[in-house]
Amino acid sequence: MAWAAYLVAGWILLAGIYGIVTSRNLVHVVVCLSVAQSATYLLLLSVGFRQGATAPVFSDIRPGRRVVDPVVQAMTLTDVVVGATVTALLLALAVQVAKRRGTVDPDALRTLER
Amino acid sequence: MLSPVELAIAVPFLAAMVLAGAGRWLPRVVVDAVAMGATLAVTGLLGAVLWEAVRYGTVVVWVGGWRPHGGVSTGIPLVADPFATALALVVAVLTVAALLFSWRYFTEVQAVFHTLMLLFLGAMCAFALTGDLFDAFVFFELMSAVAYVLTGYRADEARSVHGGLNFGVVNSLAAYLSLTGIALLYGRTGELGFAAVGEQIRAAGGPDTGVRVAFALVCTGFLVKAAAVPFHFWLADAHAVAPTPVCVLFSGIMVELGVYAVARTYWTVLGGAEETTARALAVFGGTTMLLGGVMCLLQRHIKRLLAYSTVSHVGLLVTCVALARADALAGGAFYLIGHAGVKGALFVGAGALLNRFETVDEHELRGRGRDMRVTSCLFLLGGLALAGLPPGGMWLGKVLAEHAAPHGWWWLTVLGVLASGLTGGAVLRVWLRVFRGAGRRPAGQAGEREAGETAAPTPRVPWLMLAPGLLLLAGGLLVAVLLSGPEVLRGARTFTTGYAGTVLHGRPSLAHAGRLPELWTASALVKGLAGVTAALAVAALAVWGRRVPPAARARPVWSALHTLHSGHVGDYVAWLLAGIVLFTLLVIV
Amino acid sequence: MNAVRGLRLCLLAAGSLGFAVLFTLAVLDLPPFGGNFHPYGDRAVRASLLRGTPNTVSSVNFDQRSLDTLGEELILVASALGAVVLLRAVRREEEDEPARHHLGPADVFDALRVTGYPLLPVTVLVGVYIVAHGQLSPGGGFQGGVVLGTALHLLYLTGDYPALARIRPVPLFEVGETAAAAVFVVLALAFAGQVIASNVAVGVEVGCAFVLVLAKFFEQALLIRVPA
Repeated sequence: MAWAAYLVAGWILLAGIYGIVTSRNLVHVVVCLSVAQSATYLLLLSVGFRQGATAPVFSDIRPGRRVVDPVVQAMTLTDVVVGATVTALLLALAVQVAKRRGTVDPDALRTLER
Repeated sequence: MLSPVELAIAVPFLAAMVLAGAGRWLPRVVVDAVAMGATLAVTGLLGAVLWEAVRYGTVVVWVGGWRPHGGVSTGIPLVADPFATALALVVAVLTVAALLFSWRYFTEVQAVFHTLMLLFLGAMCAFALTGDLFDAFVFFELMSAVAYVLTGYRADEARSVHGGLNFGVVNSLAAYLSLTGIALLYGRTGELGFAAVGEQIRAAGGPDTGVRVAFALVCTGFLVKAAAVPFHFWLADAHAVAPTPVCVLFSGIMVELGVYAVARTYWTVLGGAEETTARALAVFGGTTMLLGGVMCLLQRHIKRLLAYSTVSHVGLLVTCVALARADALAGGAFYLIGHAGVKGALFVGAGALLNRFETVDEHELRGRGRDMRVTSCLFLLGGLALAGLPPGGMWLGKVLAEHAAPHGWWWLTVLGVLASGLTGGAVLRVWLRVFRGAGRRPAGQAGEREAGETAAPTPRVPWLMLAPGLLLLAGGLLVAVLLSGPEVLRGARTFTTGYAGTVLHGRPSLAHAGRLPELWTASALVKGLAGVTAALAVAALAVWGRRVPPAARARPVWSALHTLHSGHVGDYVAWLLAGIVLFTLLVIV
Repeated sequence: MNAVRGLRLCLLAAGSLGFAVLFTLAVLDLPPFGGNFHPYGDRAVRASLLRGTPNTVSSVNFDQRSLDTLGEELILVASALGAVVLLRAVRREEEDEPARHHLGPADVFDALRVTGYPLLPVTVLVGVYIVAHGQLSPGGGFQGGVVLGTALHLLYLTGDYPALARIRPVPLFEVGETAAAAVFVVLALAFAGQVIASNVAVGVEVGCAFVLVLAKFFEQALLIRVPA
């Protein structure tokens, strides 16, 4: 089961997408998007994992000790911030859709075509 | 001391921070001036970088001085090759035009609009110039986040926030899929730089299935940005509602940057010229050209119509990448610049209509634009240029692409004429109806009213609003004359060869110039005129030939197409998922 | 409309199945989980130790790949601006003064009130600590900034929204946010390697940005009304 962690990431991604496609509520859509995004955290961190290694902070361990890949951790941190801010923006848009259209159900929103 | 490349990124961001912090106390004219000054400075800097890149070869700057040793580095390179720099320069020039359009008149909230425009400018420049996959993702997201806000800028319009939300969900999801691909590539190669990833893959004996799937996932985000069918749904929703100056940037360059990123990834990661990838890109590009054109003709909301025409034109750009040859890419460059100018001008025209009549519904506006001579001129010439009027950049680009196409690609010529006819014809139809009052009053329900973008409607359109349109149109029409063909071809060769050597090993990058095929031949002119004729025919049929039987019989098809573009975010995401799977399958099988 | 819904679900089913297969194919070509192949990571660790930054993640974020963090911080600024634009009171709405109402979670327990006020300085202190020690120990500008940004909102939890509004002058926070971001732009591009200064700039920026974004959402929830 050496690949299980990677496959879980794929599973979470699909779960998020399923949620977006079948959703009846725009706030739920935005949250499902966050779910889909959390798959990328998991994938990045598992790609950087190293068996028997510790956190890549050398204030209390000596150099040369096996550590996990710090680059993926930095990327995940950036990714988290990006995700949080985009979620805030999309929620702001959802608030305004609710106010202007009077509903947050994607099925009840009128088409924009025409 | 910062290099001009770094300054071109720092200047817009710093100016944006000044405006964001002090905007609520600054008078409007200062806000306008700061934004314009910063944009002009970026234009100048990028012009200087472009001159250097064309003259002496690609400029590579490692941010923070993390230069590579022995071909490896831990930093991020900014790679200013002629193509990337030219794209960044297009961004800057279009931003100048957009800021001119919004000078004084455009409704502002504190100084947020100008701040966002500067952030958008910087993000797009950084996205074009970066030589690192993850950094490209970050600036892709910055560009997207700013774009969502700009789309929903008129927050009291329901369509505006709805379009912004659809745009946001689809693009963000696509970006996360790109990031998934980047993580897979990182797992495989242990590297993040375009050049380093490519070197590792070549060292391991070329791409295998896993690398190809990862590549396809990375491209997903970029293809969604590029609005390739079936990833295009968000584009019309967003363009139809975004403010005019924003549309100029969206259609003119943001969407095209998606194609650029696909090309960049294709050449650096897979090495370019892969048969399966070429096929995948050709299938997506061709479908996009056709569907975009058809949807364009079906619209009556002018901004939405222009948005679908962008979809169609981007299809040709994707096909240029599929051709995987330097001369096709040179054609793509001409096409991109020509399109940026012409489409920018058309959106300026649409903005002038919106601000005067508070609607851009073609049927509502019938005959009301008779006294708007300049705007009328924009639409007439713009429509002809979209159809491929020589010597416009779009004509030259299409001729070059067709010239580069191998024998089995006859469909490209057919689709080229069709796309020209449909998109050019739709704009010419608008010109006939709105500015000439031609045809009978079309039946059907009234169009929706929209608020203008200025504090009060502008009965006389100020010349500052129209000037950028005229300048952009002139640029788009004269690009074939203004740009040196051999230099563009050389830029394309630099783009396709020796990237890793230049970035990681400091090898010189100047490709030899070579010659473009002879341009002013009879067959090239005929190709241009065929598109124009098709467009005129389509426009005439649409205005006067209401009872043409084939069109009437196809009505269920049109209404099905309208239904497919449902504005339902779930539909868009379902299409996105299916599209990725199809694209990946085409790439790996 | 049912046909559209059916098509949507069919696309979803086919797409999910295809994606699952393709993703599995890609994953099977990855090196096994927990392996030792991390060339970039190893280089980053060496570079970080050479520069004297024990927390290698901070070194990657603020030194080696500072351009990424620059983009990330600007996304944060953009989203704070976005909240201003998207959540502004529009023509049909009006805004109430916060002082005119008692706004907050309805009926706060006294216990919450008693713990909320003393926790505020403690939380601020923790935030400052996490920012200040970012180059040494896990943490840094972003994590500390979030703690700082949320600390003020303890006042809302204690039921005292007017007090929160008083210690949160929006223009001041805007200036703080953008000034910190501008400093970080300069640090990231011109003076890479100033990990401590970068941490502080990012901490201030993130804290201010969170306060600003939340402020706009609070206004939407509490103050902005559509007149009947």
